[in-house]
Amino acid sequence: MDVLDVAVRVAVVMVAFLVLPLLVGQTEHKVMAHMQGRLGPMHAGGFHGWAQLVADGVKFAQKEDTVPAGADRRVFQLAPAVALIPYLVVLVAIPLGPDGMVGQVLDAGIFFVLAVLGVGVLGSLMAGWASANKYSLLGALRTAAQLMAYELPLLLSAASVAMAAGTLSLTGILGEFEWWWVPWQLVGGVVFFTAGLAELQRPPFDAPIAPEEIIFGAYTEYSGLRFAFFLLAEYAGIVVVSALTAVLFLGGWHGPMSDQLGWLWMLLKTGALSFLVIWARVAWPRLRADQIQKFAWTVLVPLALAQIALTGVIKVVVSG
Amino acid sequence: MTGQEVVFVIVGVVVLGAAVRCVTTRELVHAALWLVVALGGLAVQYLLLTAEFVAWVQVLIYLGSVVVLLLFGLMLTRAPIGPSPDADSGNRPVALAVSLASAAALVALVVDAFRTSWIELDRPHGESGPVGESLFQNWVLPFEALSVLLLAALVGAIVVSRTRGNEQRTEQRTEQRDGQRNGGVG
Repeated sequence: MDVLDVAVRVAVVMVAFLVLPLLVGQTEHKVMAHMQGRLGPMHAGGFHGWAQLVADGVKFAQKEDTVPAGADRRVFQLAPAVALIPYLVVLVAIPLGPDGMVGQVLDAGIFFVLAVLGVGVLGSLMAGWASANKYSLLGALRTAAQLMAYELPLLLSAASVAMAAGTLSLTGILGEFEWWWVPWQLVGGVVFFTAGLAELQRPPFDAPIAPEEIIFGAYTEYSGLRFAFFLLAEYAGIVVVSALTAVLFLGGWHGPMSDQLGWLWMLLKTGALSFLVIWARVAWPRLRADQIQKFAWTVLVPLALAQIALTGVIKVVVSG
Repeated sequence: MTGQEVVFVIVGVVVLGAAVRCVTTRELVHAALWLVVALGGLAVQYLLLTAEFVAWVQVLIYLGSVVVLLLFGLMLTRAPIGPSPDADSGNRPVALAVSLASAAALVALVVDAFRTSWIELDRPHGESGPVGESLFQNWVLPFEALSVLLLAALVGAIVVSRTRGNEQRTEQRTEQRDGQRNGGVG
């Protein structure tokens, strides 16, 4: 692998990281506005307010970056980076198309992706503790409890796919993929996507940042660019979870003419799943913190275990 | 020295520094965060030794779960911002002695056991396939023993957390809440 090749791959991953989350953010504005029968911001840029996102970015950059007097200054300032960077790192391992269209082929790709995603939680915890604000602390506590509950179904359902493919590598899994895996791994896919939604603290799992109860949870004291980083982390998270679901359960770049159009199929599947994430925000009311816990332990974990059992049985039958 | 060895030494120094800061800092949460740096550095060391699978497991288990659990526990207790002098138990000399003794024992053991074995760093050794094969063929008994140990710990944790008094209180609270909810609906 020569220097130019590495540079191109890094550049493509950076561009994807900078563009896709903003696209999802813009789509969320527009989709929510249409679903709720309201216009939303329509003036910036002329046509349908397309430049509203740019205006928002300028606004965030102009705002003063404040640190509360009682806060733990260094931890408070470091937290947004800890929350955002894991999503950038994860994008390196997600395959976009066949024949090596991936930032870096990793032997234990699933492990890498889920491990690095788990590090992002530390950002929310650091933010909540260092803010010296009881609402922030409550938000961080809810975040930690929620993430620990949903990490398990996420890992179990991913393990089911790894069992089916006989490899931990994301490119290897796509290499083994057959169309009938979609119905076979359907339950696991639903569990994975739902658990991913909960890990991102997106509605209906947004009790950690519930505005009516605890203002904005761990991010209450943030302003300006640091606050924008947390929002960006949320949208980058939507992209990553959707892309991972597409790769593990929907066959990633597989589709008609996948040799030429593989990347397009992957982007389409990721986009459709991102749309589902946005739709869920409009469609469902927020679950209470205890309902969120109960859902993880009494519904998702047993379902994921049942999927693993099913995967094992069919794998043995097919190979034997 | 190759580039790999230079990086190994640098990361090793960082890990050592973070570990020392972790036990000497007077702020509880900072200690947990220094632990993150130390454990993350160790994952990088595994990577440099081409043990990719172990490195990601280190990140997943220690950074993603153990430290998060630690921070969660610290936040449930009183973890004030700033130094917490009352958290010092005065066991510092004893702890130092114990840690020095165990470190010496470990170093002696590793040096004695692996003095003559070398690995070539130019090809991967720790890929998930070979690791899984040796784990489930040669080492399956220790693996199962560990599983039983973890299961016992799990059951123990549930037993400890579900004392009788606690149970009754939870039931009462649930009844109260249900009552309120029914009242609200009616």
